[in-house]
Formats: sequence, C-alpha cells, structure tokens
Amino acid sequence: MTTATHAAGTTPDIRKAGFGRVVLSEWTKIRSVRSTVWSLVLLVILDLGFTALLCGLTAAQWSKTDAAAQATVKADPTGTILGSGFFLSQLTVCVLGVMVIASEYSTGMIRASLLAVPRRVSMLAAKAVVFTLLIFVLGTVVSFASFFIGQPILHDKAPVALGDPGVLRAVVGGGLYLAMLGLFALALGAIIRHTAAGITGVIGFVLVLAPLASLLPGSLGKHVHAYLPSEAGQLIARAHQADTDLLTPWQGYGVFAIWTAVLLVIAAVQLRSRDA
Amino acid sequence: MIEAKNLTKRYGDKIAVNDLSFRVEPGRVTGFLGPNGAGKSTTMRLILGLDRPNEGDATIDGEHYRDLPRPLQTVGALLEARAVHTGRSAYNHLLALAQTQGVGKKRIDEVIHLVGLTEVARKRAGGFSLGMGQRLGIAAALLADPSVLILDEPVNGLDPEGIVWIRTLMKRLASEGRTVFVSSHLMNEMAVTADHLIVIGRGRLIADCSTEEFIERSTEEVVVVRSPDTEGIAAAVEREGGKTTLGEDGLLSVTHMQAARVGELAAAGGFVLHELTPKRGSLEEAFMELTRESVEYGGTAATPQAAPQAAPQPQAVPEPQGETR
Ligand SMILES: Nc1ncnc2c1ncn2[C@@H]1O[C@H](COP(=O)(O)OP(=O)(O)OP(=O)(O)O)[C@@H](O)[C@H]1O
Ligand SMILES: [Mg+2]
Repeated sequence: MTTATHAAGTTPDIRKAGFGRVVLSEWTKIRSVRSTVWSLVLLVILDLGFTALLCGLTAAQWSKTDAAAQATVKADPTGTILGSGFFLSQLTVCVLGVMVIASEYSTGMIRASLLAVPRRVSMLAAKAVVFTLLIFVLGTVVSFASFFIGQPILHDKAPVALGDPGVLRAVVGGGLYLAMLGLFALALGAIIRHTAAGITGVIGFVLVLAPLASLLPGSLGKHVHAYLPSEAGQLIARAHQADTDLLTPWQGYGVFAIWTAVLLVIAAVQLRSRDA
Repeated sequence: MIEAKNLTKRYGDKIAVNDLSFRVEPGRVTGFLGPNGAGKSTTMRLILGLDRPNEGDATIDGEHYRDLPRPLQTVGALLEARAVHTGRSAYNHLLALAQTQGVGKKRIDEVIHLVGLTEVARKRAGGFSLGMGQRLGIAAALLADPSVLILDEPVNGLDPEGIVWIRTLMKRLASEGRTVFVSSHLMNEMAVTADHLIVIGRGRLIADCSTEEFIERSTEEVVVVRSPDTEGIAAAVEREGGKTTLGEDGLLSVTHMQAARVGELAAAGGFVLHELTPKRGSLEEAFMELTRESVEYGGTAATPQAAPQAAPQPQAVPEPQGETR
C-alpha cells in the first residue's frame, strides 16, 4: 500500500516497528554483560549437578528410606528429578531477574535507556520479553537434560519414561516454571530498584514464605501455602498430582502468572510516574 | 528549538526549579549558567522527560520528549550523572542505544573514533576514567546525529586538550544549524564558547541575553573614588553624564566616565582625592555578583513559598560546605 507518493519522513508505522528494535536492544544489553552470562552458566551447572547429586543420594539411600518417602518418589519420579535440579538453580534465575533491571538503576544506565525509549513501559516490556524467552529456552533445555540425567539414576527404584502421562508436560513445565520465576523476579526488581534488596525480596518469597506459611494453623496454612507464587508455580513441573494438592498443574501455573502479572502492573505504573 | 514554559520542580518542600521560562534557539551555542544547586541539571532532566515537572511544560521542536518517535535522532543528551552500565563495553553500550533508533553499526565506529575511544571501545566502561566516561557520554549524545544537543557540564573531567576539542565541536555543531544547550558553572568557560547565555539562580531566571551583551554589561569599567567629599564629586560627575553609586564603605563608584575625566572634575571643583582607581570587573565576579543577588532575592522575598528557604548561603553553595566539614 505504501507507495512512493508518501512523503519521506512521515512513516506511519514508525512506532510499530519500534518495539522490535527495543527488543533487539534489550537482547544486546543482556548478552553483553558478563555477569548475566556467568549466572546462566551457573544455572546450568547447579541444575544438572544437583540433579545428579540428589538423585544419586536418593538411589544410594533407597534401602534406608522409609516407605512413605519411597512412595512419594515412585508416584512422581519426574517431579523428584526436576525438583532436585531447581532446588538451588532457581536462585540464579531469581538473582538474574532482579539484576537485569535493578543494575540499570544502580549504574545509572536506566537514564540512557529511558532517553532512548521514553515510552518507558515499552522498554520494560521488551526487557521482560527478552529475559523470559531466554530463561524459557535455557530452562527447557536444562529441564530435559536434568530429566535424562536423573532418569537412569533412579531407574531401578522408580522407573519413568518421557512418554508416560504428564511427563513431557512436566519437563517442558520445568522451563515454564523457571521462565515465570525470572519474570516474577524482574517485576520485583523493577519495583524495588535496588539489587540487594530486590534479591532479598524474591528469595524471601521463594524460600522463606513457604515454610512460614506451613506454620499457619490447619487448612489456612495449607491454602496460603498452596497459593504462594513459587509453590503454586512448581506444580507445572510435576507429572502427577498428589492427593493433597489443592490446585492442578495449570491452575497452579495460573496462580503464579497472576502474582507475576500484578507485580508487573505495579512496576509499569511506578515506572511511568516516578522520576528516573 | 527547546522551549521551557513556567517549569517548576519540587523535591519534597525544596524548590529546585521555580517558574522558569526560556527558549533555546538553533544555530548557536546557548550557555546555561548558574551556581551549584541552581537547578541546571534538574531543568535538563525535565526537558528530557526523565523527571516530571510539578508545573509547566518543556518541549523540543514543539513536542514533548516522550512523544518523539526516535528521540535520539532529535535530541542528544549528556547527563550530569553517568548513564552507563559498568559491566558493558563502550561499543556494546552504544550498540544497544543505536539499535533502539535503527542506527547502523558504521555510525557507532564513527562516534567512537570521533571522541577518541577507539582503543578502549571493547573494554568495560566500569574501568573508564572520568574523562573517558565523559567522552563515552558525548559519543552517545552524538550517536544518532541529533539536531538538538543538551549537554550537562561536558567539560567535566576533560583534560585541556579535551576541553578545546569539545568547545570546537559545540561551535561546529551550532554552525551546522543545530541547537546546542550546554550547562556550566564556569562563567569564563561559557564566555568563550557560548553565543547566548541563560543564567539561573535558585531555580529562577536571572538573565537571558547574548554573551556579548552580558560581558559588556557586567565588565563595564568602574572608577572607584575615595574622598572626604564624595557628595561634591558625585554631583560634578553626574552633571557631566556619569553615573555614581555610594557604597556602604564610603567609596564612590563611577561608571560611564573615564578615570582621567573624574580626576579632572575633582581638580576643577577643588575636591580632595584620596584614591582614584579604574577597575574592570572580571566576568567571574560579575557572574557571582549576579547570582548572589538572586540568592538574596530568594531569601528576602516575602512570599510564603520563599519562607522555608530563609538561609540562602548554605543552600546556594552546598558543595564547599560539605567539603569543609
Ligand atoms: N532527585 C533529587 N531529589 C532531591 N533533591 C534534588 C534532586 N535533584 C536535585 N535536587 C535539588 O535541587 C536543587 C537543584 O539541583 P541541580 O542538580 O539541578 O543543580 P545544578 O544547577 O545542576 O547544580 P550543579 O552546578 O552543582 O550541577 C539542589 O538543591 C538539589 O539538592
Ligand atoms: Mg548539575
């Protein structure tokens, strides 16, 4: 439709084309900082290392393990394998998610970013898209690797195959979980704007709130616990629901997504209204 | 063209910019002067949409900064505070900025060369010296070949060669028809760089005139007269078209008349002279005089808004105070 008759300079789709450019720029930003690259390497090492370590321990200690614990592993070997991998590696995603945005504030880069993209929310959105996709891709790869490392180790005690019901979904779910966790951390980092405080906040959510919630009396504690972001989110990375689960995997992931969306909205509103 | 209309910015109950209006025209270097804490950097951040004004409005070529479709192609800015991720190389920093505007890689190499950072372009910006950081900031400002430049104290941290270089660069950019708006608290620096001056003190406009006019007005020759009969001399001088002011120290200052003529008039009238000194005020002094007055005005104005600013000196010159402690 656009013909030569259109005067140069009055390109109508200039803003639509803009978002792609901002995404490209955010990708350059992420890949050009050494600490991001190292965090991602650490993510892979921790995930695979702990899969091997914890699954190996589980197999080695099998005869000394009580029947209830054995039953849990047998019911969902996939969850055990992937969970062993996440156990520590998810912290690198939390740290990285906060850092990706908070380091812009601590270094002053945010001012250059906002001068280049004064439609601030589009900068935040591009950053979120790039980071979430990156973690999803890497997280899914790591998740598959973790599964294929853990599966043979546990095979004699708790056999599982990728074709078993729910298993493929859980393995891909591992990538989905880490991606949402990264986005959650990024949103919190954008609100708090301070690296150390942001990391503390996310880790508080992920590691501290869950055990605290289980201390609450009776069904209240159970419900609060089930709806906590990381607890609800992790359900997607389990092949089988436990009888005690209040949410299905996708419901759980939905709850995690809602938490994240709320934080993102708060972050966007603040970004628009606060001085940079 | 940059236009500020009634800009006002408060941080808590501190007014950083107070009802400030001015225009910055293209084709010349406009110096933005004021002592420490006058509100220069704040005004620039308001123009750039980084901070929001409480009142008033700032536009660039008639548009708000945030509405510019490719802002770096319209405005290049160097901020006072560093705006670079310390873990990223100079090249990647510029690349990330260039990509948002669709600027090609060739231009990145060009600006890196222009500011003289070619050898360190692939090194982490965190390791840069103050001057190198400043050069990187200037490279970022020039990256998309903008028609408006907003530079907050660009000579900061530059060596003498760098200062001459940036001065020449700003003049060249202005001569190409661009708008160049540059802040400084050094009057002498601006006198040789700027064609036009906007002077502020405590967030208010003090002067908006050509540099020539400013220099002429403020470095007028003053003849200082010490005499037991200043009244007689003043009368004689004024009859001949001179202007006089009697200082609190009893000294008579005469303007619009040469020292020799004042002496002749004193002799003709039979007045005793103890001292007759021609003085040409330095620009820096004139500037300090001008801004000091603004500080006094701010302190004594009987408006409720001005009341909390009752201690003018410490607020007007915050940095030396902090250092002497
Ligand atoms: N983000 C902020 N929060 C609180 N106060 C601020 C902020 N930015 C500036 N101010 C205050 O506003 C006033 C104007 O500051 P500004 O930095 O604009 O001055 P300036 O003219 O650039 O001074 P300098 O020559 O030292 O750079 C100062 O009193 C400063 O303390
Ligand atoms: Mg300043």
